[in-house]
Amino acid sequence: MSTLQAAPLAVRERSWWQSPQSRKEALEGLVCLLPWIIGFLAFTAGPLIYSGYLSFTDYPILQEPTWVGLKNFQSMFSDDLFWKSLRVTALYTLVAVPGGVIIGYSMALLLNQQIFGLSFWRTAYYVPAVVPAVATAYLWAWMFNPDFGVINGFLLRLGVEPPKWFGSEEWVLPAFIIMSLWGAGGGLVLYLAALQGVPTSLYDAAKVDGANAWHRLRHVTLPITSPVILFTFLTGLIGSFQVFTAGFLITNGGPNNASLFYVLYLYRVGWRYFKMGYASALGWVLFAIIMVLTLITLRASGRLVYYESSEEKE
Amino acid sequence: MQATTQATTSAERSNQQLERRALLRMQHWTSRSLLHLAVTAGAVVFLFPLFWLISSSLKPEGDIFLFPPNLWPSKFMWLNYPAALSSFPFLQTGLNTMLIVVGVEIGRLISASLAAYAFSRVRIPGRQVLFMLVLSTMMLPYHITLIPQYIIFRDLGWLNSFKPLIVPSFFGGGAFFIFLLRQFFMTIPREYDDAARIDGCGTFGIYWRIILPLAKPALATVAIFTFMGEWNDFFAPLIYLNTPDKWTLALAIKTWELTQQSGLGYKPQPYNHIMAIATLITLVPMLMFFFTQRYFVQGVVVSGIKG
Repeated sequence: MSTLQAAPLAVRERSWWQSPQSRKEALEGLVCLLPWIIGFLAFTAGPLIYSGYLSFTDYPILQEPTWVGLKNFQSMFSDDLFWKSLRVTALYTLVAVPGGVIIGYSMALLLNQQIFGLSFWRTAYYVPAVVPAVATAYLWAWMFNPDFGVINGFLLRLGVEPPKWFGSEEWVLPAFIIMSLWGAGGGLVLYLAALQGVPTSLYDAAKVDGANAWHRLRHVTLPITSPVILFTFLTGLIGSFQVFTAGFLITNGGPNNASLFYVLYLYRVGWRYFKMGYASALGWVLFAIIMVLTLITLRASGRLVYYESSEEKE
Repeated sequence: MQATTQATTSAERSNQQLERRALLRMQHWTSRSLLHLAVTAGAVVFLFPLFWLISSSLKPEGDIFLFPPNLWPSKFMWLNYPAALSSFPFLQTGLNTMLIVVGVEIGRLISASLAAYAFSRVRIPGRQVLFMLVLSTMMLPYHITLIPQYIIFRDLGWLNSFKPLIVPSFFGGGAFFIFLLRQFFMTIPREYDDAARIDGCGTFGIYWRIILPLAKPALATVAIFTFMGEWNDFFAPLIYLNTPDKWTLALAIKTWELTQQSGLGYKPQPYNHIMAIATLITLVPMLMFFFTQRYFVQGVVVSGIKG
């Protein structure tokens, strides 16, 4: 929105507030918002402040919290499991999130051609994203079973020495990443909608200029659909740092903490060791990491992402 | 003479054209076939795990220990399902899950639509600032407010009940859903409100008689997403529900899977039974997805594109 337009609007609105009718409307609007306002204070803002306080305390749930200053954050530095969980989660994110975006986007590019039976294929690619996380976890634990699993069965037929997957420190993360890539179709619907929104006139213009298929992808399709790519990348990033269920069910962080995802560690600290102060501190660090990564992504994408109108740029 | 040469050249030209067209058509068909081949190959890869889920759930126990495994069951053991269900508390946990789903649906549909209504068309001072606040909470990880919430619910005596899972949805229903509904409400023309006001409709009348009926597709999207989310949720039930009689479907599998009663003690459930239960809990959201694809697609698009 440009400031030129906003200024007279604000003036008009202020005078508008003064009539009893408008005050009534504003009051009624606040009534509509009241549930959210209460919820925001009670379940978001309040807890946020309180967990900030708790992160500076020792709080073994059954006793009162005692103030310990920066101790929780200091002990994080020397906590090997904290670093390990951070490394595990970062490594997982580094491959799973870009991999998921690339696979999902490629699927959409394929399906955006003139394909016979589009809705069937779209469903086929999307459907893994609908399978409950718990069922996904057990299914892949079974498929990756080192002794009787179907994947090692394939590998054996190919003559490859089959790894122990979830049972091996080296292969546990690749197994989790492959499992997460199975759900890459989750972004498909969004990508397809974006691809179908690319004006055909741009392709025609590019063809006239002699652009081949690769050029058209690189200079027309990707720039126009880049906001959606950024969106799925960011939500993927935020989600990936909070991954829990599969790790909890399949390996519970093992073997030798090689799949100790960050939230799994937070859960362990809070609900197994009952160190709620330290767990709160871990929560804040998670939030800080997500914020920093989001800001970095937004900053780095500034040049890469194309917005058609200046209004959307805000 | 002249006419004949002209005729031959035009015949040659049309011949050449035909050849070129045939070549183009062939190229077209090869690329089309390659494309369909790639699409099919991809679909096979992505559907295979689902095939494996169902195939394994129908295998006799002997097949489970075959290596390398056979693709199809040597014998279709439909009895795996009743056998697995005889030890898995499907009825109880399914009922618990449905109770939570219904509770959250009611709370979210009411409170999120009210908030979205206020954010999209009721004039309130500071509305934009409040809406930015809603958006910013979307980035907040669940785990940062988790511990204080847990303490609040403990002090209220709500642990090991469905209240911590249901009650918060009555207070806003989640930033994502407010955002999704607001985006949809914005597309409803303002003229309807004005006409309703002239006819004597108040703010709440417009919400109830104009906006909600027109927003049925968006509300359906919210309801479907909520169903999927609550059906699949694992973390919050794990934190708040402690005793087996309160567990949800997703939560109950972990304990059940490790404890098959076998004469002397406990041993893990065989994988064909685990896959049978996994198939059952997948079936419900899957069917829902097949029947409501339209709303699904719309919801994803509305929430994503305009984000």
